[in-house]
Formats: sequence, structure tokens, C-alpha cells
Amino acid sequence: MAWTYTKKAAFYLLVIVIVVESVFPFYYAILTSFKSGTSLFEVNYWPTMVSWDNYAAVFQNGSFPQNLLNSVIIATLTVALALLFAVTAAYALSRVRFRGRSLLLLTILSVSMFPQIAVLAGLFEVIRTFGLFNTIWGLIFSYTIFTLPFTVWVLTTFMRDLPLEIEEAAIVDGATPWIIITRVFMPLMWPALVTTGLLAFIAAWNEFLFALTFTSSNSTRTVPVAIALLSGASQFEIPWGTIMAASVIVTVPLVVLVLIFQRKIISGLTAGGVKG
Amino acid sequence: MAELQLTDIHKSFGGFEVIKGVSLEVKSGEFMVFVGPSGCGKSTLLRLIAGLEDITAGTLSFDGQVVNGLAPSKRGIAMVFQSYALYPHMTVYDNMAFGMQLAKSNPQAIKARVESAAELLQITPYLKRLPKQLSGGQRQRVAIGRAIVRDPKVFLFDEPLSNLDAALRVATRLEIAKLHHSMNNVTMIYVTHDQVEAMTLADRICVLRDGLIEQVGTPLELYESPQSIFVAGFIGSPKMNFLNGQIAAGYGAGTVGIRSEHIEIGAGEGAWTGKVIHSENLGSDSYVYVDIGTGEPVIVREDGTRKHQPDDPISIRPMQGQVHRFDAAGKPMGRH
Repeated sequence: MAWTYTKKAAFYLLVIVIVVESVFPFYYAILTSFKSGTSLFEVNYWPTMVSWDNYAAVFQNGSFPQNLLNSVIIATLTVALALLFAVTAAYALSRVRFRGRSLLLLTILSVSMFPQIAVLAGLFEVIRTFGLFNTIWGLIFSYTIFTLPFTVWVLTTFMRDLPLEIEEAAIVDGATPWIIITRVFMPLMWPALVTTGLLAFIAAWNEFLFALTFTSSNSTRTVPVAIALLSGASQFEIPWGTIMAASVIVTVPLVVLVLIFQRKIISGLTAGGVKG
Repeated sequence: MAELQLTDIHKSFGGFEVIKGVSLEVKSGEFMVFVGPSGCGKSTLLRLIAGLEDITAGTLSFDGQVVNGLAPSKRGIAMVFQSYALYPHMTVYDNMAFGMQLAKSNPQAIKARVESAAELLQITPYLKRLPKQLSGGQRQRVAIGRAIVRDPKVFLFDEPLSNLDAALRVATRLEIAKLHHSMNNVTMIYVTHDQVEAMTLADRICVLRDGLIEQVGTPLELYESPQSIFVAGFIGSPKMNFLNGQIAAGYGAGTVGIRSEHIEIGAGEGAWTGKVIHSENLGSDSYVYVDIGTGEPVIVREDGTRKHQPDDPISIRPMQGQVHRFDAAGKPMGRH
């Protein structure tokens, strides 16, 4: 009996450790964002004061609202483009028989292993040549490239598991490949689409290196870069309060999205394991 | 209503030839069944007719018009798949209406056609349901309904009953037969590996083996005068008894075949003696497995429920005129 309780206690202790470890940094960011003045430098684990000054300061900081808007536009368009290309590519890679198909699929997978920094210089040249430097299109372009291998790979595996006979029934019914993709396959693939779309969104939303390199003016920057470049009253002051407030602002949309799509994500991640 | 003409059809996947030259004529309004063991190419042949696979060589024509290059939806066919292949996210109604919607028919016409098909198959109460809320038999009816709505000239069935349990299979078989009678002059092609389905449904059966046609004929023709040992063994249940060697030589043949129902128990002229190995009692009749020293046991059908103990001595004799004789190459030499 005692052993059972010990086991249970140990289990929940472990759960608590994991939860605290993953949630605490964010909790502390929220805590700090509500502090102002010198209380910033006191260590507290419970809210002692609630002041919205830092949030006000973030939005009064000239370009932050613009940066937020940029991030939303870039992440949304990246997801839309990546899913469009990935779904159509996945159809070809999973359903059309052609020479070199598995080689192509492996190439796509290996591309996703390149570290960002390795392609940075080359990509910079490409973006400059296309005249996309310091525009949001440059970022959408580069993020789509980096998201596609993953989205294509996941959707291809998912689509391969869809029954062939359903597609054939649609062909007999007179459906073109585009109709098969949009009206037969996509409704069946919602979990996978939501999962990959959300992961692509998070990746684009949090990306820092490209955003820093491919933009040069405040009005085209995305939020992660803007936060990093937030400056205080003087060169020697780091505005922790505003930084934390800004971080909370950019994290909240992700948390909300994940909570909304939670169920879909879980069924998307386990898809293929169990026959539907 | 269409007449199909297959002329020297070949199909290869890569270097592997699956259909090796099939020529066949399916008459308008006929119920044709393709039957054969697995891997004989019967499903491939059906998919070639449907247009789901490209024909490697040969011509396929519907009513004299060559359709080799025509898309499946333009051929005037409808297909019922083994796994039903319903669209899981659409209601029964939408499943049945999908083809007509894609063809941009007018909504009233679609509604009328779907509802009359649903009426015919008695699935009207389920029109608003999703496929996952239906039983296997109901799903198969929806799949058939979807085919009817397309108003095809040719119905194609790809083993439509193999996913159903035994009782439902018999009931659905009956419904398909009724459907064929009630729809005026619709040509149906039906693929199965089950010779009972073939015998009960078909106007004519086409027995396939290794990508070639073994024999085409009415069920009775196939049963009474099989043109090869293969067809003789494939049609009829239980399998025909084949005897070689001395006994066959006695009939002047390489091999003789006798169906279990054409062997009587009892001594007499030309009787074989042996002993009982096993007997299966089915109520109305029973099958006795007899060892007469030829390797394979000979199966004898007997009316009633007489009890046979294993190792009982027994005499059996073939009925007059029911012994199928085959030469060494497996070709028929007439009956004795």
C-alpha cells in the first residue's frame, strides 16, 4: 500500500517538476511585465503589483504595432503558401507514379537538415537579386522555403495512407486532380493540415536570424527582432519591463492558437498509427 | 445499354505482363462475371475497362466506339468497389450526388435522381447520415446507389461482396440480381473469386487464368462441358475429383474428372473400393472423403445423413456419362 502511494507521489512530483520547468520562464516573464521602476530588480514569485505601464510603453514605442502586424501577415501568408504548395506536392509525391519519386522525397527531407546559417549568404544574394531585400516578401519567401520540406513530408506520408479506392471512385465520378485534392482529400486531412500549418506558423512567428538579416528598417521588422532591438532611455539601460511585456504579447497568440487546435494537433500527430 | 468489345488487350506493369491478350465480347444488357484465382488479372481487366489503368496494347470499344484514351468519367461507366470507397466526410446524399454535381447537372435533376435511387435500394432514411454511421451492408448499398445515380451504360463491380459477412453476402447477391433485372438492359461486369457468386449471378462467366481467358460461357456450359482441367476444377463446389494413372487409362484419357454429385455409393460394375477417411454432414446431404489409393481423397456427395465411420470399407462408382475425360495437355476428350 505504502509503495503504491510512494509511486503515485513520485509520479506527481515528476509531473510538477516538468510543468514548473516549462511554465516558469513564461510565468516569470508575465510577472516581470507587470512590474515597474526599481521593483523590476526585486525577486518575487507572486504578483506584488499590477501595472500596465510596460504594455503601454510597448505600444507607444513607434514601430512595435507595425512589427506585430508584419509578423501576423508574414506568418499567415507563409502558412497559406506552404500549405498550398505542400498539399499539391504531396498529391504528386504520394499518388502520381513517376521516375525518381523516392529520390525526390529524400532530397526534400535532406534539405530540411541544412542549418539556416549555412544558406544565409546564398539566400541573401537571391533575395537581393529579386529585389525583395527589406520587404516582408523577402521573409515570406525564405520562410516558405524553410517550412516546405517539413510540410511536404508530413502531408505526403498522411496522404499516402488515404485509401486509393476513394480517389478512384472520385475519378470515376469525373473529378480532376484539383477537385480530388480540394473536395475529397483536404476534408479528410484537416488534422494534418492544422498540425503542419500551426507548426509552420510558430516557426515563422519565432524566426530570428532571417528576420534580422533580410530587413534593415524598423517598419519591415518582425516582432522577435524588434524585441531584441528594444532600447532603453540610455545605452546602458536594458528595458526589461518592456521586453517582457512585448514577449508576453507575442506569445499569447501562439498559446491561444494551440489551445484552439489542441485536439486536432493530437489527432494529427498520431494519424497513421491507427487506421481511421 | 452498351456492347463491349475487347480486342487482343494487353497490359504490362513495367516489364511484367499481367493481361496477355484478351479478346471478349460482352453483349448489351448482359451480366458478365470475371472469375479466377487471385492474381489471374480479373481485377486489372475490370480496371482497364473502367479506364483506371491504361491499356498497353489492343483496343477496347463501347458500341463500336474505341474508348482506349477516354477518361473514366466519359465512358458512361459506374464502378462499385470492394471497400465501398464512400467519401467519409460527405453524407449519403452528397456521396450519391457528387458525380452529378461535378458534371454541373441542375440541382432538381440531381435531387430527383438521388431520391429515386435511394428509394430503389431502400436507403431513403439514411440520406442525411455519414458513412461511418452505417453498417457494412448499408454502405455497400450506398455505393451501389452512387453507381445508379450516374445512370451508366455499364456497371462495373469489383468484388463488391467480399467485405460482407456470409448471410449479408447472400442477401446482397440477391439484390444485385434483382437490380439487374429491374434496370432495363444495363450491362454489368462483375469480378469475383467466388465461383458460387459467379454461378448464381452470371448470364455468362469468363474464367481467367494467368492473364488469359480459359473459357467463356453460361454457368451451365462451364459446369457441364468445361474446356480444360482448370475450368473443371474451378467451377463447382466441392472441387471436381481428378484421377490419373490406371483409372484414367481405363477410360483412354490422361486424366478423368468426376464431380462429387456424380458418384454413387455401392458396389457394381466399374466400382472402386476404398475406405472412408472422413465425412462431413451438412444436414440435407453429406460429403464422404474416400481413399481409393490414388493420393488425393475422392469426395462423394450423398443425400441424407447416413453415418460413415472412418476406416469403414466402401465401394463407389461413377454415374454413366458423367466422367469428364481430358488428354495429357488438359484438353477435353468428351464424356464417358
